[in-house]
Amino acid sequence: MSTEFWITQSFNGISYGALLFLLASGLSLIFGVMRIVNMAHGSYFMLGGYVGLTVALRTRSFALALLAGTVAIALVGIGMERLFLRRLRGQELGQVLMTIGFALIFQDLALLIWGGDPYNLPVPAALTGALRVGASVFPIYRIFIVAVAVAVGVGLWLLLDRTQAGAMIRAAVDDAEMAQGVGINVPRVSLAVFALGAALAALGGVIGAGFLGVYPGADFEVLPYAFVVVIVGGLGSLPGAMAGSLLVGLLDNFGKALFPELSYFTLFAPMALILAIRPTGLFGRA
Amino acid sequence: MAHRLLAFAAILLLALTLGAPRPAPAQSGPIKIGLLSPLSGAASAIGKDMQNGTELYLDEIGRQAAGRKIELIVEDTEGVTATAVTKARKLVDQDHIHLLTGGLLASTGYALHPYVDSVKIPTTYPVMSSDDLTQRKPARWVVRLGWNSSQSTHAFGEWVAKNLKYKKIATVGFDYAFGWETIGGFQRTFEENGGQIIQKIWTPLNTTDFSPFIAQIRRDADAVFVVFFGRGSLQFVKQYADSGLKAKIPLLGNGTTTDESVLPQMGDEALGVYTTLHYSAVLDNPANKRFAKAFEAKAGKAPSYYAETCYTNARWIVEAIKAIGGKVEDREAFLAAIKKVEPKDFPRGPVAIDRWGNPVQNVYIRKVERVGGQLQNTVVFTYPQVSQFWKYNPEEFLKMPVYARDYPPCKHC
Amino acid sequence: MILRRGLLAAVVIAALALLAPALPAYPLTLLTQALIFGIMAMSLDVLLGYTGLPSLGQAAYFGAAAYAVALLATEGQVGLAGCAVAGIALATVTAAVFGVIAIRAVGTYFLMITLALGMIVWGLAFRWVSLTKGDNGVSGVPRPELGALNLTPPLPFFYFALTVAALVWLLLGLLVSSPFGLGLKGIRGSESRMRALGYNVWLHKYVAFVISGAFAGVAGVLWAYYNGFVGPTDVQLVTSVETLLMVALGGPGTLVGPAVGAAVIVFLKNFVSVYTKRWLLILGAVYIGVILFAPQGLVGAMRGRRR
Repeated sequence: MSTEFWITQSFNGISYGALLFLLASGLSLIFGVMRIVNMAHGSYFMLGGYVGLTVALRTRSFALALLAGTVAIALVGIGMERLFLRRLRGQELGQVLMTIGFALIFQDLALLIWGGDPYNLPVPAALTGALRVGASVFPIYRIFIVAVAVAVGVGLWLLLDRTQAGAMIRAAVDDAEMAQGVGINVPRVSLAVFALGAALAALGGVIGAGFLGVYPGADFEVLPYAFVVVIVGGLGSLPGAMAGSLLVGLLDNFGKALFPELSYFTLFAPMALILAIRPTGLFGRA
Repeated sequence: MAHRLLAFAAILLLALTLGAPRPAPAQSGPIKIGLLSPLSGAASAIGKDMQNGTELYLDEIGRQAAGRKIELIVEDTEGVTATAVTKARKLVDQDHIHLLTGGLLASTGYALHPYVDSVKIPTTYPVMSSDDLTQRKPARWVVRLGWNSSQSTHAFGEWVAKNLKYKKIATVGFDYAFGWETIGGFQRTFEENGGQIIQKIWTPLNTTDFSPFIAQIRRDADAVFVVFFGRGSLQFVKQYADSGLKAKIPLLGNGTTTDESVLPQMGDEALGVYTTLHYSAVLDNPANKRFAKAFEAKAGKAPSYYAETCYTNARWIVEAIKAIGGKVEDREAFLAAIKKVEPKDFPRGPVAIDRWGNPVQNVYIRKVERVGGQLQNTVVFTYPQVSQFWKYNPEEFLKMPVYARDYPPCKHC
Repeated sequence: MILRRGLLAAVVIAALALLAPALPAYPLTLLTQALIFGIMAMSLDVLLGYTGLPSLGQAAYFGAAAYAVALLATEGQVGLAGCAVAGIALATVTAAVFGVIAIRAVGTYFLMITLALGMIVWGLAFRWVSLTKGDNGVSGVPRPELGALNLTPPLPFFYFALTVAALVWLLLGLLVSSPFGLGLKGIRGSESRMRALGYNVWLHKYVAFVISGAFAGVAGVLWAYYNGFVGPTDVQLVTSVETLLMVALGGPGTLVGPAVGAAVIVFLKNFVSVYTKRWLLILGAVYIGVILFAPQGLVGAMRGRRR
């Protein structure tokens, strides 16, 4: 294996991990605050991609597509939380099962609205092509994904660490009862976090649609990856999501390249082992 | 409480018995043809072409033959073999079809054949190309009207070695029967004509991100030969061009990689790619010109080989129906009639059925060019009347194992 | 009460057995499918309904058994007894190994870890092509011979599946009413309380996990013979999710409820899809409705249970 191979594969792994970070950071936050596993998170990713696709095709604007996808799915998330999940407050399993029900509905709705064809989201010309460094080729779109993930990561960190809203979120993650006790409106925080998580997943979906395409089944295909990231990194932890996505992106790429017969095994076996030894993940707390 | 459960169960069973459709009355009802087609999922564009091609022919004859109406029942296989098997069951057991046709994946071809033989339903495979179905594992009730996987790539291997003068080729393809058999045929003839296959990379069927595989391609290859279809073709060709490799290591493909079901969605990344298949939308014969024009009017795009093969398939079936006077309930007679049909003037050129039930037909070497603003598969060479055994002796050929992941073995890998 | 339930079940089974010859082939095959998935749903109920452990990886044991049967029957020419034993054994061993990893987790973490374990099996089925044939799946699994009886036609196979399902229901019923089963229910209520009472909670949960996997394997054996074809889709996440739905819909902790849930979903899938392509939407909506208004599931609601 040449140096070029290692460089290219590492870059691929990092850029794929960047996409996963967008998806998994929201999932991790949602769990941190609400203690539920959102099985419809993959659906948010897929629906975001589809909405972005329609807007991109109609308006020819990538920026508008990003905005539309993010906002639309945030609204869906708000609706889901406010009207349905809130009724099962305290029933963790019931909430998880309900998100499964929604995942099924979203899957069928997507099929109904956009049909069964796979699509590629048209990306602006500025983001096509590649950067050549020596013998290695780095597609510009993938560099873009990494840039967006870094920006989002920094933004989230600033939000959580430097703002009052962030402090409230962190308090709710640490101990929801105490937070409610000191006067933090935990239900409203939950709602905001859920919307944020959905928006992030949708953002990932629009961006992902630009190089992976958007197609029926994308929701359940990407969901296990999001879970692995969040499990490995630790539920409720932002640095965990960052470390986890990087790790998963690299593991997945190298696994497929070096051990094709075991490629999914190399991904999920570590996840199961980490869960067995340290159930809260690398960075999480109980 | 117990009563409610009992009542519930009773109502359920009653609903079943009453709700289940009755067996269709014989002779006077419509002739039912079941079409399995991947209308959703990664191969949905292919599925639409299959359905449109079939319906084009049936509409041309007014959806009736031998005095009976013809009813086409289309079921979506989602491009998944397990679903195809389930839907086939439904078509046979619930809809009481007289003939089963369609299907896409080679694995579906192998999976359906024991079922079809056990329920004894006349079946035609216009698309499914699993080699062994007309070689070492023939199915009595299946007639193949399309092609087999290695048919065109046998020719391609020789052509590439002799005309493009490449010496070392790496291959990338879908990791299942169709990929193995298509690449196997290419490898055999390419190496017999002095070339070397130096690498074989296999990707899962559902791959969208080909970069881990593209990164593995050996940089000392003269060219890379790929086998994809549907969404895989779109994504691979695009990502291969994006990676910058296409300029240094030219791309060759089997026919489905640049087939007209995906070509309209491709751009400049597809230009100059040589492929091989038994059809091209721009074939210059009267039957094809007529067919392509009618298909364009119906579907708004050029016909892919999937469309042509299903169109021809529908015509073939109708000829058989007419030959037995519409009495399709006599399954043995129907099957025999299908095997005896000899229509002429297909859009793809002349076709004859060999002793093992596989078409003998022209193989075209094509190149993707932009003509009149549209991409097309221009025919640059024709190998006339190629059989599934290429130039080999059939008995000798059948003694060897079917092409598989590691057969022929990669001696230069 | 157990006697009354037993009588009721016997009546239902007898009714099915008597009605079967009158049914056309297609509903009969659907009923057979319902029975097979009913077994799988019942196996999950032991874990979810009785022990309170929600598993999203039941398809792993189902699939392991199905693949074992398919490969042995097609390549090894092994008969029914051999294949069944091998299949159930493989499912049990898989559950035994996975159980050691999974049982330490509870609640949501248990859900995630079983999901990961299920994905491992799927990944192997999908990519270990030299063994499992990958995407091609294993086809051509012949219907077995039971003595002189050939199980190829739908009716004999239906009776075979019905007999197995009835046996499974009987065995599991005995299990959950035994002291062991009552211990499981106690664990579902409160683990710490059971530990305080001196129960070996880990062992109880582990045994339940292994038994659940073994019976999922029974369903897998039947499935391989029923369908004649086994592929990676039988082991995928969606299959495990559907099994979870069957249990939740029918009523966790009622044993027969999940079987009813399985029947409802099988029929929804196949019958509703004749009239509308939106069966998944309807299923999701029904499901959400049940969770909101009848969280004990259909049968649970009928029995008037409180969760």
